[in-house]
Amino acid sequence: MATEATKRLTDIGPPHYEKFLPPIIKRNYGKWLYHERLAPGVMCHVAESGEKLYTVRAGSPRLLSVHTIRKIADLADKYCNGYVRFTSRNNIEFLLEDPSKIEDLKKDLQALGFPVGGTNNAISNVVHTQGWVHCHSAATDASGLVKSVMDALYERFTHEDLPAKLRLAVACCLNMCGAVHCSDIAILGVHRRPPRILHDLLPKVCEIPTVVASCPTGAIRARTVDGKQTVEVIEQQCMYCGNCYTVCPAMPLNNPQTDGVSIWVGGKVSNARSKPRFSKLAIPYLPNNPPRWPEVVEAVVKIVDVYAKHARKYERMGEWIDRIGWPRFFELTGIPFTRYHIDDFKHAGLTYNRSTHLKF
Amino acid sequence: MADEKISTPLLDELEKGPWPSFVREIKSAAQTSPMARDLLGQLELSYEEKVGHWKHGGIVGVRGYGGGVIGRYSDVPEKFPNVAHFHTLRVNQPAGWFYTSQALRTLCDIWERHGSGLTNMHGSTGDIIFLGTKTDELEPTFSELTQAGFDLGGSGSDMRTPSACVGPARCEWACYDTLKLCYDITMEYQDELHRPAFPYKFKIKCAGCPNDCVASIARADLSIIGIWKDDIQQDDEAVAEYVANGLDIQADVVERCPTRCMQWDGKKLTINNRDCVRCMHCINVMPKALRPGKERGAVLLLGAKAPIIQGAILSSVLIPFVPEEELFDTVKELLSRVWEFWDEYGMNRERVGELIQRVGMANFLDAIGLDPVPEMVSHPRDNPYVFYKVDEEQSEQ
Repeated sequence: MATEATKRLTDIGPPHYEKFLPPIIKRNYGKWLYHERLAPGVMCHVAESGEKLYTVRAGSPRLLSVHTIRKIADLADKYCNGYVRFTSRNNIEFLLEDPSKIEDLKKDLQALGFPVGGTNNAISNVVHTQGWVHCHSAATDASGLVKSVMDALYERFTHEDLPAKLRLAVACCLNMCGAVHCSDIAILGVHRRPPRILHDLLPKVCEIPTVVASCPTGAIRARTVDGKQTVEVIEQQCMYCGNCYTVCPAMPLNNPQTDGVSIWVGGKVSNARSKPRFSKLAIPYLPNNPPRWPEVVEAVVKIVDVYAKHARKYERMGEWIDRIGWPRFFELTGIPFTRYHIDDFKHAGLTYNRSTHLKF
Repeated sequence: MADEKISTPLLDELEKGPWPSFVREIKSAAQTSPMARDLLGQLELSYEEKVGHWKHGGIVGVRGYGGGVIGRYSDVPEKFPNVAHFHTLRVNQPAGWFYTSQALRTLCDIWERHGSGLTNMHGSTGDIIFLGTKTDELEPTFSELTQAGFDLGGSGSDMRTPSACVGPARCEWACYDTLKLCYDITMEYQDELHRPAFPYKFKIKCAGCPNDCVASIARADLSIIGIWKDDIQQDDEAVAEYVANGLDIQADVVERCPTRCMQWDGKKLTINNRDCVRCMHCINVMPKALRPGKERGAVLLLGAKAPIIQGAILSSVLIPFVPEEELFDTVKELLSRVWEFWDEYGMNRERVGELIQRVGMANFLDAIGLDPVPEMVSHPRDNPYVFYKVDEEQSEQ
């Protein structure tokens, strides 16, 4: 605990990463030669020195209690001389020098409920946002969706049997705190009604010019209601982005009847083979149906299964669709193509098929 | 504090099934934390009503900082008084997310004393997330964190916490030291990180190679992606070994190459490196046989963001190659020019990528003093509406 005599520290920055690097990494830093896959979730990196580092990757729910983190620390002590790391997709990685300990570590992870996998042509862990656990603008819950979907896709995490890697992400509104816009499959919470305007509250808590300027389509205008300076929303112009709500708490747009989930496919961030690209709309709306969102789970599993069956080796979701074309994607998945699939925001025309390239 | 056990039939459903359960985590924390107990109750209510119960944030923080804390209040505080305030602290993660068990336990002890005992390892931007505490606990938590060598990350209109892939710590493809650059940038800009003074957020991500494991091209205003300039390093014996072990090199490597820059004659792989776009596919398939070249550095790309406000943008090339040894200085110089222009001309809540689209890339390049190069575009413009500058020749006419 800080004592009164302790100077208040600020702007010290994070601890230097070198403090947390295992000795084998310090010895071979920047001198790794190649790596091999040993099993799902298990990799071996070989250094120029000939030293070998074994990584065991386990999925986590991202939301972790301190009690569980202490158990992770115990495993790091038991198997890795106290070193452990996390990945950019909420996996936990244990770094071992002795391969004979791998199986025991896997058993201990299994006992704690952490699946080993998420490497190579598997589904890695899901990048996701806070949802109802901690966010004010969530159109759905994120953790519950992830749990429900990954229960159904568990074997796709623990096995490397997909044509290529598959990256799933969940964001609970269009703010997209997770990088869902470039995922093989993205689950995105959507609002579908304009914000309510709390005219009594708005003049007290919002700056009207800021609110007006916040709207990407210019749908918000200043207006006087019952002598109060407030705003109105031209509802036909509203596409429910929630940006006004971000700057003005008096314009909530959560709606339990109409909020729900959309599904997007075919995005990627890696430059491998094809360029990075956005995910495209597959399903404009599915209902919020907690606790297990069966419609969403069914749709995602269906898309994964169809992809797994039809894509060629090394084809990511988007690359597979490039080859077969979108009409065939909708045909194979049984997803209806609707007016909502045709873009009508800026530069929408670039997405029209301006050719006679058609498959029948 | 509500002593009675909270009934959560809906959330209980999410303890079933093989994937690790976040509900189990909240219940685990609830054994010792009244806040976690009330979080569980409020979340069950959200599951019943299909709507969130968090109010819009308020301005809370630690003394002298404007970022690092996300204010959060319950809209049903009478039912769940222990989450009436439930603010989040963003704690700047060590580069590459490496820890010792001792450091993890220190963080756990601090958070158990002062907050809900719930965390995210990690948040979307990369920070350690301490999920939920009361306003009065913010300063004591911060004090203990700094004594333990940790500091807060970014939030609001500031430089957000930079993050980095595992880089040279465990990856043979790292074309520069991502951990070092991430750390150096973080330390250089502590003021920009902690005290929001920009038009909006600014994210920086360091990826060691074009596989981009930190999604920098999709998520970072400044994406620093490792790349090499010379030829792919090739080990013919190892190529033969992959083939002998069953790799269909023609189908899985040669025909997957986006520029068709390689040939396999049944014995030898020949790469026309002039045509290679450094996509990483062949290297990913045969890591023992092919490696990035030796002349390494990074490409600097600018402008990525999620949809809010004017639509999502991917970062685009600004400087095609910076040698590793010049990287930190080049990034600093670039940031000073970009931030100066953005400070001057960016509108409130306008990301730098949106500003570039509004004023035009050419004007932006003029402003930051960069010459246009063809690597910046996928092709030259295809419309003739050119804003010709009035030059001396035209004025004379």
